[in-house]
Formats: sequence, structure tokens, C-alpha cells
Amino acid sequence: MKNIDLTLHVWRQENPKDTGRFDQIEAKGISTHASFLEMLDVVNDRLLAQGKRPIAFDHDCREGICGSCGVMINGEAHGPVRGTTACQLHMREFDTRGIKELWIEPWRAKAFPVIQDLVVDRSAFDRIIQAGGYISVKTGQAPDANAVPVRKDDADQAFQAATCIGCGACVASCPNGSAALFVGAKITHLGLLPQGQTERASRVLNMVTKMDDESFGACTSHGECEATCPKGIKLDVIARMNGDYRRSVAAGG
Amino acid sequence: MTSQTSPLLNAKIPEGDIRQKWDNHRFQMKLVNPANKRKYRIIVVGSGLAGSAAAASLGELGYDVDCFCFQDSPRRAHSIAAQGGINAAKNYANDGDSVWRLFYDTVKGGDYRAREANVYRLAQVSLNIIDQAVAQGVPFAREYSGYVDNRSFGGTQVSRTFYAAGQTGQQLLLGAYQALAKNIHSGKVKMYPRTEMLDLVVVDGQARGIVTRDLTTGAISSHAADAVCLATGGYGNVFFLSTNAKGCNVTATWRAHKRGALFANPCYTQIHPTCIPVSGDYQSKLTLMSESLRNDGRIWVPTQKGDPRAATQIPEGERDYYLERRYPAFGNLVPRDIASRAAKERCDEGFGVGPGGLGVYLDFADSIKRLGESAIKERYGNLFEMYERITGENPYQTPMRIYPAVHYTMGGLWVDYNLMSNLEGLHVLGEANFSDHGANRLGASALMQGLADGYFIIPYTIGQYLAGTKLKPVATDHAAFKDAEREVKARMNRLVEVKGNTSPDVFHRELGKLIWDHCGMARNKAGLAEALEKIPKLRERFWREVFVPQSGDVLNQTLEKAGRVADFLEFGELMCRDAWTRDESCGGHFREEYQDDEGETKRNDDEFEHVAAWEFKGVNETPVLHKEPLTYEYVKKAVRSYK
Ligand SMILES: Cc1cc2nc3c(=O)[nH]c(=O)nc-3n(C[C@H](O)[C@H](O)[C@H](O)COP(=O)(O)OP(=O)(O)OC[C@H]3O[C@@H](n4cnc5c(N)ncnc54)[C@H](O)[C@@H]3O)c2cc1C
Ligand code: SF4
Ligand code: FES
Repeated sequence: MKNIDLTLHVWRQENPKDTGRFDQIEAKGISTHASFLEMLDVVNDRLLAQGKRPIAFDHDCREGICGSCGVMINGEAHGPVRGTTACQLHMREFDTRGIKELWIEPWRAKAFPVIQDLVVDRSAFDRIIQAGGYISVKTGQAPDANAVPVRKDDADQAFQAATCIGCGACVASCPNGSAALFVGAKITHLGLLPQGQTERASRVLNMVTKMDDESFGACTSHGECEATCPKGIKLDVIARMNGDYRRSVAAGG
Repeated sequence: MTSQTSPLLNAKIPEGDIRQKWDNHRFQMKLVNPANKRKYRIIVVGSGLAGSAAAASLGELGYDVDCFCFQDSPRRAHSIAAQGGINAAKNYANDGDSVWRLFYDTVKGGDYRAREANVYRLAQVSLNIIDQAVAQGVPFAREYSGYVDNRSFGGTQVSRTFYAAGQTGQQLLLGAYQALAKNIHSGKVKMYPRTEMLDLVVVDGQARGIVTRDLTTGAISSHAADAVCLATGGYGNVFFLSTNAKGCNVTATWRAHKRGALFANPCYTQIHPTCIPVSGDYQSKLTLMSESLRNDGRIWVPTQKGDPRAATQIPEGERDYYLERRYPAFGNLVPRDIASRAAKERCDEGFGVGPGGLGVYLDFADSIKRLGESAIKERYGNLFEMYERITGENPYQTPMRIYPAVHYTMGGLWVDYNLMSNLEGLHVLGEANFSDHGANRLGASALMQGLADGYFIIPYTIGQYLAGTKLKPVATDHAAFKDAEREVKARMNRLVEVKGNTSPDVFHRELGKLIWDHCGMARNKAGLAEALEKIPKLRERFWREVFVPQSGDVLNQTLEKAGRVADFLEFGELMCRDAWTRDESCGGHFREEYQDDEGETKRNDDEFEHVAAWEFKGVNETPVLHKEPLTYEYVKKAVRSYK
């Protein structure tokens, strides 16, 4: 463990209407064992001690599972380490890569307006799920859990897709601001399970329509989303979504 | 302080044999006419397992529901982080499990400080939870046959834990969140994300609404309803360092407490034995390594104090597998409180490993040899990765270093069998209530309780409350709302106007250290008395020196933080007082004065077989203790032994 000095350029924006700018902040004596967000905590405590407004950023679990955190670090969503959220990124990673200067920005996407500094509004994701990202079963209606066996392969694949944390990195890293990876992950999760078949056709239509309404861009297969997704969601979920969508439209919706 | 066996605390446990209580009770309930349900508005604060499940189920029944959470989406509630699994007495493993056994294990695990009737019902409805989750598409781990897989989990000898790799909480919460989303879409539930509840509004002795702050715009507003449900999680963050998400707080329950709701057993906290040790003063939280790891990992320390060798260089004969040595029957699977104290004992004696000697090894070498690296990877891959990411060490090659950390709070607002607090109309669900785990919770039982409360209990009991209660029309222009709004604003302004020079986190850390030192894994009368003296002083300093930039009219994360720390500074004192008053050891409450020759907890059933429920009398005033006696008709009490 050692301490390092960094120069930060942090996006500061007072409110959604403000045009925003980068502020340069020196972050000295940061432990390589600290996480990226702990580095921001230290910087914020110092800003407060100088009577200044700390940097606003979303975070909660700090275990890479809630999907709250997420910023662009030197142009990469969640920073330079694959399969890692900003909260799980540790400062030793910058040290070993010889990086001393960090440009820290919020997600940039039309569908995710900035609220303050690094905090953006991702409620469009919730609205897409509300449009159809579920299996309709009322409390109390369920048969015994073992009444319907599920092939282990399908269950495992469904689980993989279901590990999406809804962070929005895929959208932020996509040149078109597309949400295809996020939506495809949910379509795949539910579409692979026997319980998800009844609503499969309507689900994909409703979710895709909502996605288009929410000012996300179109998917043109750049693949940046897969590269930055902290949960390793694969492009084939988009193929599944497109397949389901075509079949659904062909069948008359 | 006065103490009394309180008439305030009628647990309303139904008559009859414990196996029939819940069924009889449901049958005898008054029902709300289906056509009338939409005329009732219910507030649900919280969107974790308990809150999402409740809001979705109540919406489906036809009630008008308003649901609140402070995160930007209900899907991010702290339940998302639960790793290991959820219990249910399905007996799919055919290994001797039953509702009765789950009931028995839970009461025993709680060191005979939980209510029998509640626990029995919990074990009963555990069966339905798994069915519900599977129908929603929760991708539990499965066997090659296609049937759901089970594993055993800390403190039990049957395989009754359902899991989805190390992400069970995530998958269960997404199931509940999606059910909630459907109800938001249909208009039955209105969701208020990024909204914090700052006060409870009581009219004529009934909980009739809340006051909230919109965290994005700073707007303070009132919400009126016919009943209020708090599902706001636990207060583990009073310790500053804990495995809880950073936003977890006591604010909602504490403010309800200040409005008259009794707070039960605040000193019952759970210290989880397997967490990544603290590494520096910048540290913001502790990371749990799921208890399921104890199924295949063996815990040990070197037999030689301060052994300088690397773990892998220490020969078998010079390792002390102290859990296997002390508890041959349960070995590495003893309940959490016991495993945690045993680790503390070894480290206090100087056998600990790693920086500061605050760590023990959790070693997978034997399992990897027996089952192969790929089997271990399939079971725990994501946990091993997380460990490596945080510590920079590879647990496939060298044992993990772990140390206990604060994890869960058994205490919470007092509720009766119907999950209603002593304040009429205020219902409390999930970790926020005190109801089912006694003085220690078994692994994989919190998810079970949250979902039981939300899906299968509150939909019935709230109906009974609404059908059987006269409710005057109350709107947000009622004076009680205006008063509460004024108080909320005044408190916020006070925080902004201190204009000191210290971040709220600094006070939070200091409080956390005080509580950890004096009201943590081990407590004693003198230490608690010291904490009781120091906390009010720290609180006073906070109100003199805290610094909150800007005003309350914008997104202001420092203000949010300061409000929560202010509440912890009041709550921490109550917690220490409860621990100071309970002159016995039970479950997670280990008072050093009360232990047997082998260092095990010594209960005092004659004097302390009760729930301690505290009534607020004012900041800096001594609270009043109310006691709900506990009786054990079905479980045979014993000295809890895992030897
Ligand atoms: C790391 C970790 C691992 C765990 N693993 C397991 C496990 O394997 N098995 C198990 O059974 N248990 C486990 N637990 C415990 C379990 O996860 C929790 O006890 C449980 O999820 C709590 O659920 P809840 O619904 O009561 O509250 P939470 O999930 O904490 O939700 C609280 C909700 O209340 C809202 N809220 C809080 N305060 C306010 C306010 N003032 N205003 C508005 N909204 C508010 C929040 O936004 C959130 O939506 C684990 C806990 C941790 C910390
Ligand atoms: S698909 Fe990946 S990047 Fe996109 S929201 Fe889900 S976890 Fe985040
Ligand atoms: S803070 Fe939860 S994923 Fe980063």
C-alpha cells in the first residue's frame, strides 16, 4: 500500500440548466488501497473543510451490485478496469497503469439528463421496465416452485442476463446512446424461462416501443456497451431481443 | 428511569394452537369490500424486499398505494446486496426439514428472545415465498434435473437455503421490483424515488401520513393516507463502518419513534463473522463475504502468536481450527454471534493475522483439493472476484483474511402480531421492525422475513385494520401536517445555519467508533456508562461545528447526510441505554459480566425474558422502558449449545 498524488478534472454543474464546466482539483496523498469513491470522499471532506460545495455523485452499496454509481473516467464508463463498477475500482489500478490525471464526467446521454455534477436522471430505465419487464403473477397465485422444472442451462443463462444492475454504463458508452443491452438483458432473462413465455411477444413490443419513446438512440452494433458493462452482459442479448421483436411483429404484435 | 409491564404492549397473539393461529386469525379477520379498497390510500416507505413486496401486493388488491425510496430507483434498495440465500422449509432436500424445525431453529438461534407465534407464522409462509419468486422469474440455482437446488447455511444442519449464486438478494429484489413496476404502470402504485421521509404525521392517535423532502428539488411536501407502512431497513450504519449500503439510516423509524412509536431491543445487533478486515482511515464501508463460504472454507489462526510466515507456509500441525475445536458438532457452521466472538477472542489473545492482528484465515485449500477449483468457482466465483478486487489477493491461492463486522439489526420499532406498532395505523415491515429474530438472526432469514411481511402478512392484517377502524377524512391541509412541515423545515435550517467547519462524516465516524468500542461485539456496564456520557457531548459538538454548504432548495447530499447523522447521534444513546439496562448476555448482546467458564453467553431468563420497548421522552431526557413478557409454550428452552 502507498499514497499517490492525482490531478482531477471534475465536471461541476449546479443544476440541470447550468452549462457546467471542469474544475481542477488536486487530490494528494490518496491511498492505493482506497476505492475510487473513497478517493472522492476524501476530496469532498477536504472541500467541506475549505467551505466549498462537495462533488455530488450517486452511490449506495459500494459493492458493485446496486447500480447507483457510475461516471466516465478518462472517457471510459466506470474507468479502465473491465467488469468493475466505479465503487469497486481501486486506486492501485491507476497507479499500476501510471495514470496521474483523471477526467471525471457524468454519463452523457440524451435520455439521462444531468441533475448536478456527476448525478444523472436514469428514471427512463424504470419506465422501460414498467412497460413490460416482468412476469404478471399476483401474490398468492403461484404453483409450487418445483411444479415446472427449468433446464439448468436455461436457468443459468437467464441468471446471467438477470445480473444487469441497471447502471447505465452501456448507454453512456454507446455513440448512439442506445439502451439495447439493458433492454435485451431483461428480454433474455424472462424469455428464457418457461414462466416468461405467456407474455413474451407483448413484452418485447412494449419495452422496445418505450425505449424508442425515451430518446435512447438506435443500436448500430458498435459493441462499446458490451466492452464497458460491469456485469459482463453479452451482445447476444440484443440479438435475442431483435429476434423476439421480429417474430412478434410478424405475428401481428 | 421507571419500568413497567406495559399495557401499551398488547401483542394481540391469536388464541389456539400455534399451528392454527395464523389460519384462524385470517379467517376471523374483517375484510375490506373489494369495491371499497380503492377508496383507501396506503403509504409504503421503502422499496426493499419488504416495501416492494408490500406495495405490489397491496396495489394488486386494489388499494391506492404511494411508495417512497431515497435512491433514484426502487430497484437499488439495500436488499439488492444480500448474497447468500433465503430459507424456506420446503424440505426439497428430504433431509428432515419441516416448518416445525425451521420454527424451532429460529427461536433457538435467537437465543429465546423472539415471539413464538410470529416465528411459527414466518416458517409457515416461507413455503409460499419460494413459489412466488419462481413464478416471477427469479432464477434460483438449479440442479441438472431442472429442479431448484438448496444448500445449508450458517447455523443449521439441513439444506433449506435457496440461492442465486452469491446474488440472491438482487434476484429476489428484482422479482419484487418488477411486480412493483407492473403496478406502477397500471396506476395502482405511485412511486416517489429520490424522496426521503422526514416525519410521521399522527392525527388523533392514528398514523395518517408523512412529510417528505424531494431530494432533487429540495421541496418539502405532505402525503396523507389511511395507514402508513415503514419498510425502511435497519440501523447498522450507526456504527459508521458496516456492511450496509451507505444510505441506510435510522431516520424514518427514529422520527416515528419521536412521534410515539416504541423502539424495541435497539441493542440487539448482529456482527457478521466473515467480512473483509478494515484497511485504512479513509475506509467508507466493510464488505461482507457471504456466510455460505463457511460451508466449504475452514477458519483458522496460527497456534503461534504473531507467526510471521505466509499462511500457505504454516504446516497443518501449527494451525488452530478453533471453531472445529470448540464446537465439534457444528464446526465452521456455528451461528454468527458465536463465530464472531470466537474470532474476536483469538485476535484479542494475540493470534490474529494481517495488519493490526485483526483477522483470521478462511481457507479453501481442502475444498479445492476435494472438489476442484471449478466447483468452488461455480459456487463462489463472484465472491472470490470481489475479494480479489478489494484486497488485491487471490483467494484460490492463499486463504482469505476475514474479521467480524456489523451487519444486521434485530432491534426495531415494536410491532404486534399484525405488524402494527403501538401507534395505531403505523405498520412496520422487514428489518425495520423487531419481530422475528430475537437476539440473533440466523443466516438467510432476513430475506425470508422481509418477503413474508410484504407479500403474505401485511396484505391481510392491514385489511383487518382498515375494515375495523373508524377513520375520519384527513387531508394535507390538516394542522398536524402543517406543524410537521414547519418542524422539518426548522430542523433543516438549523443544520444549514450552524456554519461550522466539520463534515458530518467526521462526527459519524466518531460516533461509530464509540458505539463499536462500547456497544459492539462485547459490552460491559462501565463501557456503556462511558458511552452514555460521551454521546450527548458529541451530539452537542455536532450541532455547534457541523458544516452544510448551500441551502435545502437544491440537491444537497451533505444536508441529507447531516440529517441522518443527527438522528444516529440521538439513536446511539438509546442503543447504549438498552444494552446497559439488559444485565444478561443473549445472542448478539454479549455482556462480558455474564458469561460461563467457556466464554459462552449466560442468559437471565428470570429477569430479562422480555422485549424491551422504549418510549421517547425528549432529546436529553431519559426514555421510559416498557416490557412485553415472552413465554415459551412450544419450544423447550435450553442453554443454546452448538458443541
Ligand atoms: C451485505 C449484506 C448481505 C446480506 N445477505 C443476506 C442473505 O444472504 N440472506 C438474508 O436473509 N439476509 C441477508 N442480509 C440482510 C438483508 O439483506 C436485509 O435485512 C434485508 O434485505 C432488509 O430488507 P428491507 O426491505 O427491510 O430493507 P432495505 O432493503 O434496506 O430497504 C429499505 C428501503 O427503505 C428506503 N428508505 C430508508 N429510509 C428512508 C427514508 N427516510 N425515506 C424514504 N425511504 C427510505 C430505502 O430507500 C429502501 O428502499 C444481508 C445484508 C447485507 C448488508
Ligand atoms: S447492461 Fe451492463 S452496463 Fe447496461 S445497465 Fe446493465 S449492468 Fe449496466
Ligand atoms: S455503489 Fe452500488 S454499484 Fe456502485
